Amino acid sequence: MHPTQGRVHFTHQCQRMQLTVKLFAYFRDNRFKQQCLDFPEGTTVEDIIRALGVPLAEVGVTMINSRPCELDQVPAEGDQVAIFPAIGGG
Amino acid sequence: MADKIFRVNMSDLSTTIEAVPEGWMGLGGRGLTSTIVAAEVKPTCHPLGKHNKLVFAPGLLSGTQAANSGRLSVGGKSPLTGTIKESNSGGTSGQMLAKLGVKALIIEGKPASDSAWYSLHLTSDGVTIKEESEVIGMGNFAVVETLNQRFGGKVGVITIGQAGEMRMCGANISVKDPDSHIRSHGRGGLGAVMGSKRVKFIAIEPTDRKVEIADPEGFKAASRVFAKALIDNPISKALGQYGTNVLVNIINESGGLPTRNFTSGQFEGHEAISGETMHDTIVARGGKPKHNCHPGCVINCSQIYADAKGQYKTSGFEYETIWALGADCAIDNLDYVAEADSLMDDIGLDSIEIPVAFGVAMEAGVLKFGDGAELCRILREEVAKGTPLGRIIGSGAAAVGKAYGITRVPVVKGQAIPAYDPRAIKGIGITYATSTQGADHTMGYTIATNILGVGGKLDPLSKEGQVELSRNLQIATAAIDSTGMCLFVAFAALDDPTCLPALIDLINARYGIHLVADDVTNLGMTILKTERAFNMAAGFTSKDDRLPEFFAEEPIAPHNVVWDITDEAIDSFWNF
Repeated sequence: MHPTQGRVHFTHQCQRMQLTVKLFAYFRDNRFKQQCLDFPEGTTVEDIIRALGVPLAEVGVTMINSRPCELDQVPAEGDQVAIFPAIGGG
Repeated sequence: MADKIFRVNMSDLSTTIEAVPEGWMGLGGRGLTSTIVAAEVKPTCHPLGKHNKLVFAPGLLSGTQAANSGRLSVGGKSPLTGTIKESNSGGTSGQMLAKLGVKALIIEGKPASDSAWYSLHLTSDGVTIKEESEVIGMGNFAVVETLNQRFGGKVGVITIGQAGEMRMCGANISVKDPDSHIRSHGRGGLGAVMGSKRVKFIAIEPTDRKVEIADPEGFKAASRVFAKALIDNPISKALGQYGTNVLVNIINESGGLPTRNFTSGQFEGHEAISGETMHDTIVARGGKPKHNCHPGCVINCSQIYADAKGQYKTSGFEYETIWALGADCAIDNLDYVAEADSLMDDIGLDSIEIPVAFGVAMEAGVLKFGDGAELCRILREEVAKGTPLGRIIGSGAAAVGKAYGITRVPVVKGQAIPAYDPRAIKGIGITYATSTQGADHTMGYTIATNILGVGGKLDPLSKEGQVELSRNLQIATAAIDSTGMCLFVAFAALDDPTCLPALIDLINARYGIHLVADDVTNLGMTILKTERAFNMAAGFTSKDDRLPEFFAEEPIAPHNVVWDITDEAIDSFWNF
């Protein structure tokens, strides 16, 4: 173990988590509809958005497992994360 | 020239033009139709009899240069619900009526015999009644085409299809749009009221007249601010690109997309019917992904959907319709959905009520879930022709449920519940229950805050705060419905602080008055109370402000939740 800046880093598999990421509307352009992706544990929804190159200012709604979530929420292994731009209708 | 009240009496075929009474001067759109209906229609009358009235009223800003201001309201007692009703539509007629100085067109009485049909004609000289035979029995598309030939392509047209002629409770009133396609006063069966008065269509002569503006400079300035607020709003952009059908995927993801007659909150075929798929299909086939329903709209949420050969199939292809046919009836094929949408435009049917009716019929085994071909056949061969099955379907979801002994019938006050399951989105459940006009999503669109993050955030599964949310939105909506504005201005109004003040400035500049925000709130409250008073006099009580029993007892996937808001909480809605 190598303590670094007060944090402990492990080197085995449980350091990462598998998430299903779903994108919608024009966020799909040049990206994807749905993909299983690997992220470090502790990754927030905002981190995922930035990692995908989605403009944070354009994000309207985010959900984890069909429930609304804040940008600073941390998904768990196997979660479905959905990211929508600002949309509306009737 | 001052605006006037145009009265048409179908009992003695007379017309009069009256000055606008003082008490009606500050009203337009729904505020005016509900005020007139409450004042002049006996709440216990038979909706298809001579005591009901059909009242058309442009909004306070209709006919002006203000963006998105061209909506038209029509009101009366609904034959579907038995409540007061206001239905709102795009198309060109709202602006044309406003420019002719029509504050309201009131159609009252009914001919003594069923032997003749009539049409109404509005010109700068007034209104005349003529006997009509050529277009009787025609669908709306043929009516519009025939009238374009008869009167020239710029004529305004309000028409009923075969469903309205046959006085079906699911009959709508249709309005010609700038491309000679169809927009709809969809809900509540007012097409049957028009049919009961033996009026097949209303033709409106184009005019060069302009609506009078008391303070033209002030109007122009406010108009610029207002239009900018709409154009800059990111939701306007999404609506222009994907239409309202952009909602399929987010409502499905949230677990609130009613599927197979409200037995699930998610539909496995959602991608096939989504706004994303619709957009790609339209672009690939050379249709128009962006299109507006009236001149001056800057949001352009409509579109022209083309068939596989690139020919016009339907337009105004809305989330509600696509949800109802696609998920509630499980027809995961946009081409069948478009075919059915076009048929309902033509026959003149509410494209929420009738597909939900089909969903109940599917549960009853009349046809299979997912059978788009059979659904279209029934529309074409049975509903349009008035066969007994066609009349049952055309009478709406409650009628189908009754005829087939079904308990899972998603209606409130006899009107079908739209595209959001109240168990998974509790705010909209309050709107469905308390709306003065039966289950209706536009009356207080809590989806904005429960799901879309507009005007704040409120967890859709929380039991707290939903009544207040629905109340605030219902009050605001009643006021917006009076202005002639498309309700989609609300997205900007809820989140852009420049928008609502600009809207108030527009009204003040148009009329030379000095309204403030509180006046707008008070207008909304007054309208709701007027409508509720009518309903209570018609026999409704708080026991009618309830959702069907099955919502409290059948949990809905994926969240496995039931409707659990108490009667006391629902009734507290009216504490204002």
